[in-house]
Order: sequence, then structure tokens, then C-alpha cells
Amino acid sequence: MDFLQPRTWQDALALRAERPDALPIAGGTDVMVEINFDRRRPGALLDLGRVPELREWTPDDGRVRLGAGVSYARVISELGERLPGLAMAARTVGSPQIRIRGTVGGNLGAASPAGDSHPPLLAAEATIEVVSAARGRREIPAAEFYTGVKRNALAADELIAAVLIPVASGPQQFCKIGTRNAMVIAVTAFALALHPDRRSVGTGIGSAAPTPRRAPEAEEFLAGELADAGLWETRGPLPETLARAFGDRVAAAADPIDDVRGTAAYRRHALSVMARRAATWAWNDYRTDSRKAA
Amino acid sequence: MRVTTTVNGTEREVDGVWPGESLLYVLRERLGLPGSKNACEQGECGSCTVYLDGEPVCSCLVAAGQAIGREVTTVEGLAGDGGLHPVQEAFVEAGAVQCGFCTPGLVVAAHDLLERVDQPSDPEIREALAGNLCRCTGYEKILDAVRLAAQRQAAR
Repeated sequence: MDFLQPRTWQDALALRAERPDALPIAGGTDVMVEINFDRRRPGALLDLGRVPELREWTPDDGRVRLGAGVSYARVISELGERLPGLAMAARTVGSPQIRIRGTVGGNLGAASPAGDSHPPLLAAEATIEVVSAARGRREIPAAEFYTGVKRNALAADELIAAVLIPVASGPQQFCKIGTRNAMVIAVTAFALALHPDRRSVGTGIGSAAPTPRRAPEAEEFLAGELADAGLWETRGPLPETLARAFGDRVAAAADPIDDVRGTAAYRRHALSVMARRAATWAWNDYRTDSRKAA
Repeated sequence: MRVTTTVNGTEREVDGVWPGESLLYVLRERLGLPGSKNACEQGECGSCTVYLDGEPVCSCLVAAGQAIGREVTTVEGLAGDGGLHPVQEAFVEAGAVQCGFCTPGLVVAAHDLLERVDQPSDPEIREALAGNLCRCTGYEKILDAVRLAAQRQAAR
């Protein structure tokens, strides 16, 4: 095994192209587990920790361009206002030690259906910026990035440069089920984003299908019902029946399995409850925002 | 592969490191620093917690090469010439140790908390120690030790 440690982004892309057998490593919180337990023996580790631009985030025309190597700890301390859904999810990742090392880019590279970043990225309609030395950069919508269990849309010569995440235009929520607060791989997770600027709703489901996924019918249903009742304008209370019907539609969008962490039936039930609560909490925040504005 | 890194204030150089090796393995097996413990090897237990450039991390999840040119402080580096660090003394006095396996990681995590927060609340202590498992004590004595260390730190 070789240890490749580029100091520049250009060198990292060149090494990625030269060494298809190399496994990129960022914080190491997933990759080193696989190495320690002999589950993977790549020809090389491609350490991205010395590439300075991966560790930066910048405002980008109404979005945040989040470098792939920014840690969860920094998402929490620096981006809680702009990206509240992702920051909430980041707070539930592992432990303090894991959040200091783990990165959103690494989560996307691993593409586990249980990764905590994915639901809020889906709900916020983020795009993933990937680059190859030969073909340059392209942007992949999060909803098209996850292609199978621990599989993503990256080509063999591509690296994840950044995630482009729209700055929240309304309240966002994240819910996650586990056996305790810390060190939990989600039994199932759910993220919700209200987009009052365009009167739409975003969702993300984690750990309840082969890939993280949105619940498009539930999104359209809730946004449409809110519009039909004039609630976006009046900011009246969210009817309980509407919140429940939304929860049922989110659960219906999932395709869970029975495994060591929970049964498919439990996951569906938990999703319906999380979606109902997330919608209620987010809507209450939206109503409070208007009182603050007034 | 050669790994050169500063450990507890001294530059150390190790040859023949396997590229998939963890920082924890280098510390324990190559540098003779067995304070950091090897338990879960997957970041679940926190027994291997060390400082890497001033931040507490699980050394089992840091590739040895990622520590090249960095500063590592292990539990062995916390005590000064005058004896144990106040956090270590508080663990002894509060009886926050039973089998002792988790203690080095908990001491580093508690040390980090008290470096950042003068008078942590109980929820802050619990959150700071959430990545460290202890299977003996039930944590109560550990919480006592952190509270004691915090009191003494405030009194100084």
C-alpha cells in the first residue's frame, strides 16, 4: 500500500487519475475503520488532508460553497445560521472526537444510506461539485448523487471538491432515531426544509432505502395544501391532520429493510412520526419568524 | 514509510511504518507510549483519544501519515515536572477509576473540556465525554472528578 499526500488540488486530481486503486481519505473516520478491520486493502491511501482549499467554505451567490474537507465541528460552529439543517445533523454525528475529524465530503464519498449529511443536503437541494483532471468540473444534484448502497456518481478519476448548498430561506429541521444520543448510526433519519421564497418544501430520508432519497410526493402535497389554504401568507397554524397526512406520505416514500438496527416496519412508523414533528416544528418556526419580522 | 511527528513536545522519527497504520499503533507499538489504549479500533470508545494539533481525536482513526509534521499530545504528556495534572489528580481523588482502561481517553477528553470551558455545566460535561465509554464506573465518579477539577481550576 502507498500513502499519497498531495499538497495542492492539482496534484490531488493528477494522483486520482493515475491511481484508480487509491482510496481517498479525509478525516479517516470511515476509511480507517475499514482498514483497521481488514475490510479494505486499497493499493494506496490518497490523503486529502493537506489540500488547503478543501478546508475552506465561501459564500457563493446565495449558496455556501462548502469545501469537501470542512469538518462537522466547523459546520456546527461557523454555519449554523446559514445551513441550519446540515448543522443540526452535524451535531448528531458520532462524538466530539469524530466531529472534529469527520467531513461532509467524506460522508458523500462513503455514500452510506445512513450518513447523517445526506438528508439535509437533499432537503436543501444541494449540488455536489466534482472534478477530474481530464474533464474539469461538473455539478451533480444531491438527489442524483447516491446511486446504490455505498455507491455514488463519482467517476474513477473524480474527486469531490465541494458541496454547494443554498442558504436557508426558511426553517429547517433534522430528526434521527438511535439508541442513545451519541455514537449512533441512524436507525432512520429525516430532514425537512421550508422554502418560503418559492413556496416549496424539501425532504430527505436517511437509513430507510438503499440510498438516501427525497419524498417528492410528500413535498408537493404539503406545499400544495399550504398554498391552497393560504397558509404561506396568513402563517396560520399547521393543521394536525395535514401534518399526519404528510408523515404518512414520507413513510410511503421509504423502502426500508429489516436489519440489526431496526425493522422495516419500525423505520416506516418512525419516519411518519419524525416527518409530522419536523413539519410542525418548522412551521411553528415560520410563524414565529413572521412575528419577529412584524 | 517514514513518519516524523512531534509527540509530547519532542520530535520523533519512525521508519518502516505501514501506510495503513494508525497513529495509535505508532504511538503504542513504535514509540513506547502505551497510555493511549487500543479497544474498539472504530472510534466508538474514545480510549485512544489524543490531541492532534490541539484538538482531541481518536488516534485509531488517524492514519499515521496524516500525523506527519503535526503535534501530538498523549496522556503521557499531560503531567508536568510538578507531578500529575489537576485533572489526573481529580480522577484519583474522586475514585473515577475502576479497571482503568478508559481512563487515559477520559482524562484527555476532560482536559480538553476544561481548557475550553471554565465552569462546565453537567450537560456540557456529558456532551464532552460522550465519545468515551466506561464499562465499570457508571460514570458518576467520572462526573465527580471533572466537577472537582473544574472547581480547583476556578479557584486558582
